[in-house]
Amino acid sequence: MHVSDLALNDFRSYPEVVLAIPPGITAFVGPNGQGKTNLVESIGYLASFSSHRVASDAPLVRQGAQRAVVRARAQLGERARIVEIEINAGSANRARLDRAPVARVREAAGIVRSVVFAPEDLALVKGDPDVRRRYLDDLLVQRTPRIAAVRADYERVLRQRTSLLKSAGALRSGRRSRTAAPPAPPPDPDGPTGSEPTDGRSGALRTLDVWDAQLAAAGARLIAARVELVRLLRPLAAAAYAQVSSAQGDLELGYRASVAQARPDDAPDEAPPGGCEEELLAVDLVEARLLEAMSRLRPKELERGVCLVGPHRDDLELVLGGLPVKGYASHGESWSVALALRLASFDLLRDDDGWSGGDPVLILDDVFAELDARRRTRLAALVAPAEQVLLTAAVAEDVPEELDGARFDVMGGEVTRVR
Amino acid sequence: MSAAYEGAVADLIAELGRLPGVGPKSAQRIAFHILSTDSDDVARLADALIQVKARVRFCAICGNVAESEQCRICADPRRNDTQICVVEEPRDVVAIERTREFRGRYHVLGGAINPIDGVGPDDLRIRELMTRLASGVVTEVIIATDPNVEGEATAAYLSRLLGSMGVAVTRLASGLPVGGDLEYADEITLGRAFEGRVRLDA
Repeated sequence: MHVSDLALNDFRSYPEVVLAIPPGITAFVGPNGQGKTNLVESIGYLASFSSHRVASDAPLVRQGAQRAVVRARAQLGERARIVEIEINAGSANRARLDRAPVARVREAAGIVRSVVFAPEDLALVKGDPDVRRRYLDDLLVQRTPRIAAVRADYERVLRQRTSLLKSAGALRSGRRSRTAAPPAPPPDPDGPTGSEPTDGRSGALRTLDVWDAQLAAAGARLIAARVELVRLLRPLAAAAYAQVSSAQGDLELGYRASVAQARPDDAPDEAPPGGCEEELLAVDLVEARLLEAMSRLRPKELERGVCLVGPHRDDLELVLGGLPVKGYASHGESWSVALALRLASFDLLRDDDGWSGGDPVLILDDVFAELDARRRTRLAALVAPAEQVLLTAAVAEDVPEELDGARFDVMGGEVTRVR
Repeated sequence: MSAAYEGAVADLIAELGRLPGVGPKSAQRIAFHILSTDSDDVARLADALIQVKARVRFCAICGNVAESEQCRICADPRRNDTQICVVEEPRDVVAIERTREFRGRYHVLGGAINPIDGVGPDDLRIRELMTRLASGVVTEVIIATDPNVEGEATAAYLSRLLGSMGVAVTRLASGLPVGGDLEYADEITLGRAFEGRVRLDA
């Protein structure tokens, strides 16, 4: 697929811009801070309705404006579709598909598929687990927009439960210091008029079981979806790594689940990466194990005021030739792994069941300046055949020869086609 | 916004702006609408505001809005005493009443369990519900809290609490909206719809 037309209103630095973009390779060239990335970011936003640069929507709306509008015409084979999203700073976003409003914004997601390569991608390898979780979740949402509801529910339950643990934990430690008694077991929900004091906060503690059940139900679904995704990505990432790097050692992906690690008596079998994947795909089983882990960890959770088990503590493991990439791999190898992850998601999105749009739009945001000559050439050769490649660069020399194509100059918010 | 105006107008815009769903621009528009309206109409609005606070209170039995000790529904002898429908807010009573499907009594909790906002079970009218059930007349409690994270938590809490009391506890079904499109249903809704599927009898 490719995006043939793009119109932005009050998006980032642009009050208004309308562009016709050809298929094939297009470079946006201009000095830093002129708005190149904002252009490609808007196309990336249409894919998952989130930005690759910021977690919230507020910065996407031009300063002083109430709302930003991104409108794109996407060519999927023979068929053209128009996706429009209105990003509201304070209230819910609105979307239109083929000029008709949709009931839920999600329904317009997944029409434009894209894969963004950016300098921030190095954090996929070197950063904290939340970066890798987000990589998995964003990919999940692009493939099945419905999963966004599960993810949103999970995050909401997590916030509620954390807040309950914090207030209940604070009360409990206060009481213990007064009476020097051992911590009382969580009161039975059947006995609200029992011997427990019934002030508001201990009442809150009685509801913890209820939140455990909710967290387990949504968490198990999210874990199963992520594990399935990792299984699909594994061969693709290994193949992509071999093509990008000089191919020493194999890249292996695994899903590290906090629920599998929080076993009762430190089970002797040190599971290899992906060793217990089969079990993690069974939603009912994972739900039961999450519940079991939470009841075992409850004293610790109350003490620390955090939820210690669940998909929010999981990680995507990256192993290169038997050693974890983080901490062992060189800078160049780390870049190769990051590129391999992006290339794998490109392959996955392209060949998805039920998707007939062909190649996702490939966006290379300022990424060539970060790479050494060898990786630059390899990456350029790999991406060049894609149906549409959009890349940004500060100077024309940063665009590899293999990626010669149309060119727009971006200067002070003005976008002009020069070739 | 109101800083640009003086005295009474600024005060009015500030007060209107505190209402739910009214932003600074709407507040300004309403304020100028009121300024250009007949004094009689404005007096009626002001009177309605004062009367609502003076006359309306909450039903001693179910917690719904009422103009006397008991609300209209609790005072109605024709309603079925064996069923109680538990809702979060008085406006949920109105929504269910519109269906004309339910002829039992209501119980308004006054919210849902929400630890972020510091709302626990003791902040809701759960103890009053237990008192109503103690008489043994009620045989079924229908839980009609919102189908969101907080409403589900409240429903689960209530069902655990009421499980030992010998009353049937039911939850409103959730599933596909009438007139909706199957492919756009989210995973959770579709999953629920599957769990709650019903046999089509010939």
